[in-house]
Amino acid sequence: MASQPSDPNKTTPKSQQLFSCDLALSEQEKELNQRLRSLYPAVNEQETPLPRSWSPKDKFSYIGLSQNNLRVHYKGHGKTPKDAASVRATHPIPAACGVYYFEVKIISKGRDGYMGIGLSAQGVNMNRLPGWDKHSYGYHGDDGHSFCSSGTGQPYGPTFTTGDVIGCCVNLINNTCFYTKNGHSLGIAFTDLPPNLYPTVGLQTPGEVVDANFGQHPFVFDIEDYMREWRTKIQAQIDRFPIGEREGEWQAMIQKMVASYLVHHSYCATAEAFAKSTDQAVHEELASIKNRQKIQKLVLSGRMGEAIETTQQLYPSLLERNPDLLFMLKVRQFIEMVNGTDSEVRCLGGRSPKSQDSYPGSPRLFNSPVHKASSSQTYQTSTYYIHKFFFLPAWVKKTLPEGYYKKRDKTTQVSITVSFVLKLIGTPVLTQLSTGPKKYRFLVPIPSHCTAQNNTEVEMEVDHFSNGVSESSSNGFLNGSSTHGIDLEELDSAQSKRQLCGGSQAAIERMIQFGRELQSMSENLRRERGKNSANKKMLKDAFSLLAYSDPWSSPVGYQLDSIQREPVCSTLNSAILETHNLPKQPPLALAVGQAAQCLSLMARTGSGSCAFASVDDYLH
Amino acid sequence: MACIEILFRISDKFTATSRHYVDRLFDPDPQNVLQGVIDMKNAVIGNNKQKANLIVLGAVPRLLYLLQQSSSSLELRTECAVVLGSLAMGTENNIKSLVDCHIIPALLQGLLCSDLIFIEACLRCLRTIFISPVTPVQLLYTDPTVIPHIMSLLSRSQHTQEYITQIFAHCCKTPEHQMVLFNHGAIQNIAPLLISPSYKVRMQALKCFSVLAYENAQVSMTLVNVLVDGEQLSQVFARMMQRDKPIEMQLTAAKCLTYMCRAGAIRTDDNCIILKTLPCLVRMCSKERLLEERVEGAETLAFLMEPDIELQRIASVTDHLVSMLADYFKYPSSVSAITDIKRLSKLRHTRDFCNQLDHDLKHAHELRQAAFKLYASLGSNDEDIRKKITETENMMDRIVSGLSESSIKVRLAAVRCLHSLSRSVQQLRTSFHDHAVWKPLMKLLQNAPDEVLVMASSTLCNLLLEFSPSKEPILESGVIELLCSLTQSDSPALRVNGIWALMNMAFQADQKVKVEIVRALGTEQLFRLLSDPDTNVLMKTLGLLRNLLSTRPHIDQIMSSHGKQIMQAVTLILEGEHSIEVKEQTLCILANIADGNTAKELIMTNDDMPQKIKYYMGHSNVKLQLAATFCISNLIWNEEDGSQERQDKLREMGFVDILHKLTQASDPSLCDRAKTAMQQYLA
Repeated sequence: MASQPSDPNKTTPKSQQLFSCDLALSEQEKELNQRLRSLYPAVNEQETPLPRSWSPKDKFSYIGLSQNNLRVHYKGHGKTPKDAASVRATHPIPAACGVYYFEVKIISKGRDGYMGIGLSAQGVNMNRLPGWDKHSYGYHGDDGHSFCSSGTGQPYGPTFTTGDVIGCCVNLINNTCFYTKNGHSLGIAFTDLPPNLYPTVGLQTPGEVVDANFGQHPFVFDIEDYMREWRTKIQAQIDRFPIGEREGEWQAMIQKMVASYLVHHSYCATAEAFAKSTDQAVHEELASIKNRQKIQKLVLSGRMGEAIETTQQLYPSLLERNPDLLFMLKVRQFIEMVNGTDSEVRCLGGRSPKSQDSYPGSPRLFNSPVHKASSSQTYQTSTYYIHKFFFLPAWVKKTLPEGYYKKRDKTTQVSITVSFVLKLIGTPVLTQLSTGPKKYRFLVPIPSHCTAQNNTEVEMEVDHFSNGVSESSSNGFLNGSSTHGIDLEELDSAQSKRQLCGGSQAAIERMIQFGRELQSMSENLRRERGKNSANKKMLKDAFSLLAYSDPWSSPVGYQLDSIQREPVCSTLNSAILETHNLPKQPPLALAVGQAAQCLSLMARTGSGSCAFASVDDYLH
Repeated sequence: MACIEILFRISDKFTATSRHYVDRLFDPDPQNVLQGVIDMKNAVIGNNKQKANLIVLGAVPRLLYLLQQSSSSLELRTECAVVLGSLAMGTENNIKSLVDCHIIPALLQGLLCSDLIFIEACLRCLRTIFISPVTPVQLLYTDPTVIPHIMSLLSRSQHTQEYITQIFAHCCKTPEHQMVLFNHGAIQNIAPLLISPSYKVRMQALKCFSVLAYENAQVSMTLVNVLVDGEQLSQVFARMMQRDKPIEMQLTAAKCLTYMCRAGAIRTDDNCIILKTLPCLVRMCSKERLLEERVEGAETLAFLMEPDIELQRIASVTDHLVSMLADYFKYPSSVSAITDIKRLSKLRHTRDFCNQLDHDLKHAHELRQAAFKLYASLGSNDEDIRKKITETENMMDRIVSGLSESSIKVRLAAVRCLHSLSRSVQQLRTSFHDHAVWKPLMKLLQNAPDEVLVMASSTLCNLLLEFSPSKEPILESGVIELLCSLTQSDSPALRVNGIWALMNMAFQADQKVKVEIVRALGTEQLFRLLSDPDTNVLMKTLGLLRNLLSTRPHIDQIMSSHGKQIMQAVTLILEGEHSIEVKEQTLCILANIADGNTAKELIMTNDDMPQKIKYYMGHSNVKLQLAATFCISNLIWNEEDGSQERQDKLREMGFVDILHKLTQASDPSLCDRAKTAMQQYLA
């Protein structure tokens, strides 16, 4: 396989310079990543990685690579054209680049300067210069000719030699290619290019050396300017796209979409006003919209218990018929309990939850959970793993992924101390959990350095934990809230302490109990409806929260983020709408989703224009 | 018949309503007048017929009267300005009528009012009038107080900015205009508008700079030092050339930078020229651009790189420019095709279609001349580029047919292109001969305007070079008379080219040709040219003489018939105040004369001449010493009749001593020459 990704970092730099070399390398790497991201924002590198160096595997033996596989030199005899040799880049050019560009600097023209710069498809013979074979394209330095899958070249540009910088630009929108010499565009060289071409260089005589720049350094040619032109072109094309021919049809459709979106998300006051001013009928009764709004607000503010109750009241058979949905809601309720926001734990007194139940602004558009699980996890936390598991309730242990047990740190002195301290204050037996306050103290966040040094003072000094999530205190999403009788607590954003279940013991007990109920519910569900991996994972992730001293900054802590209420809210909303025979997704969201899907499909099928038509550009 | 009747009735009705509108302007009640003007405004919008009617019926003087009356309400005056602006939007005839009614001074007077709405209405109307090609731009400059006042209005509003910059951009046509605007602070006042939030203002401000900087070193030098929002103006222009900016903006910004560069304010190797302006202008030549843009792009690019070989080299490899220009000739496919369509369309009475074709035809001419200009500029220095141009598809054919096109502009550009290519020895030997370019060139030389003649005759000079295969056929076509007539022209450039061509023609020519040249030119004209105030003419005339006086039989023959005059002329020049080059050339002629068999005696028998030669042998300039020594060496050359006597005579005059001294000269060639001469005595 030619397209094995090779990480330049992995090649061992020679001699003693190792350290400084690594530093410079990472600096260069950073610059490269940054430049590639800004040049090709539409490329999904997970799916289609960008070329970053020449491939040590996909080259002819007469080619030598050095300098992190960026420098190419010829090491054959160089007697006849049969001694020609090429190398391809590690990856083909992704279509989602829209416009792709790389440069090659001629370090030395060697004996005769028979150098070819260009593109070739995977599998094209490497014992040749680019351009000589089918699906191979090249611009040659000795005569300045372009070779388009043919042994005979066409007059194309000037010759090039030592010191020149030759650039190759592939336009994946119209499938053409042009070259540049020292920053000057030489004009179109090839048209009708096939997809998935690799940057390629070929050399033929001894002494020839060239360096590639795939974005490691600024380019000599102003490629951004060229891209700007194409972005403008594509956007103009979209803007000019002909819409419905009959007058008013287009406008009416847009209005319908907006209205249905407002109704779907239960912005009833706005929806009403909008429908009135645009003279439309709303297909759902106002009362029904308000009911949904009420439930959504509960979910979004983290008050899951109430949300479930209200749903059961208003739509009696809904959750009975949808046990999976109910299960999901309950899991969310459990998470909110950990968070301290759920109604059941809140009424149990203790400290009233601060800040956790804030919900920033209105719901994010179109349920696109951009929020990724935070993978950064502090070392302090990880040293606890081993001890935490010790004390974890069995039902929690059971649901934890195996990896959690294995993923232990090399036991250090610190962790031994901690372990000792923890043993003193808690007993690893499930039954004892509910007996006294001391027993579950370990579940309360403990700052590691504090514990490590003053092992007698494990009393809860939680001040060291600063809540990194500074949330907006705005409740702006409450459209007409005062009429619905749900009053959310005033938020005190200055208060930023986070405590498990709001810090109340009773609440923690309730949470533990709820967890058990959830576990049995899960078992029942499995018995009745067979295995459900989604449910299993959901529960596992939720219970994992208890494995950390500070669940909020743990690898599974993302679940506590209020943004995670959105998918739950939206699923519930859709389920309710479905029972009324209404679409479970608003047409607007559907259209946006389709557009996004269409773009990624374009990327996969090689339509480069997707690069300059990001849906986000149109959602302000 | 019925049809025509209806037409009449309709036009009657039109006039009647128009009359009604005009009548209302004279109503005694000012309120009614105002309403009348407002109704008139609504009636004329987009209605050219109505506009013409109102003008014919005399609405303009009345509106102007109302506009100028201080007793009129501001609202009425404003509405009058708006209606006048609307009338100006019509045909060119409308503009002419308005200008004839002295609308411009009236509106300029109106600008003194303090009310912004009124000022804007006046400016808008002025703008419409001044951007019309029928308005004499001078009217803006008649009153010297106008420009400073208008300049002060720039700060009033976005609208005043837009209108004023547009007026300036259209009314700055001469260096005098540039200086008037420059001296009244145009640069400082307009520069900040380049970052105005309004696109129109930015664009018009940019246009102002392009007309201000054109061939104006003072403006250009000032521009490079101007900062807009902390940024250099050249950077602002460079940003305006970005490829996502509107084409109009890119092109105009490129023009600004081009003019600044040509005026010496920006170096040609500056990145903003080499990496931004030049590629931008090349892009403007691409097929995707509008015809007007392609023309402007090519002309500006030609201007930019004319003096710089490096820019020419870069442009010649940028985006296939050379073959891209070939497309300029493919529009329209052929002139005859267009006329055919025109004839056809006339049958169908589609006048608009016809106008469109005229428009296209004009563009076809513009495109071709622009392409020729650009080729001329590209090929003016580099041999490889010239080769590339002549190898472009049908290029020589295109030039040849361009030479005989009806449009003078095209002919001129074609001959410029040909001239540029004729600097190539290789092309003269090959493509020029293969395509018999001399034929249309000769035709072009018959009664063409001076500017074409200059280029054509200059090209002819190159075609008459000794190694040019076209020389023979040109000679046979009776070119001598034509060239001799050029030497009598009032234009120094034409005189130079005429005599230059004759000089080239006489080089190593047959006796017959030489005699013909002398005969056709006439000694009188020849001597008139020797006293020409233009040194170039003098030099080439001397060159002609020198070429005529080569090979012994020719020397003797010409000297026997014109010896006296020639000796006189040589004496005159050697005695006169002339540059070293002129004197050197003259001494060379003398040396040639000294090479003749009988002609030698003309020098020997001349009382003065040997003394003059002696003087120049002792001159401080080596070149003159060399030429004079050469002359003596010819006179004393052995193996020729009477050499002994001449040697003796010259020895008496002290030449041997001088020669001896010169054998010690530091200049090796002078030293060699003197030694050779001395050997003649020793032999």
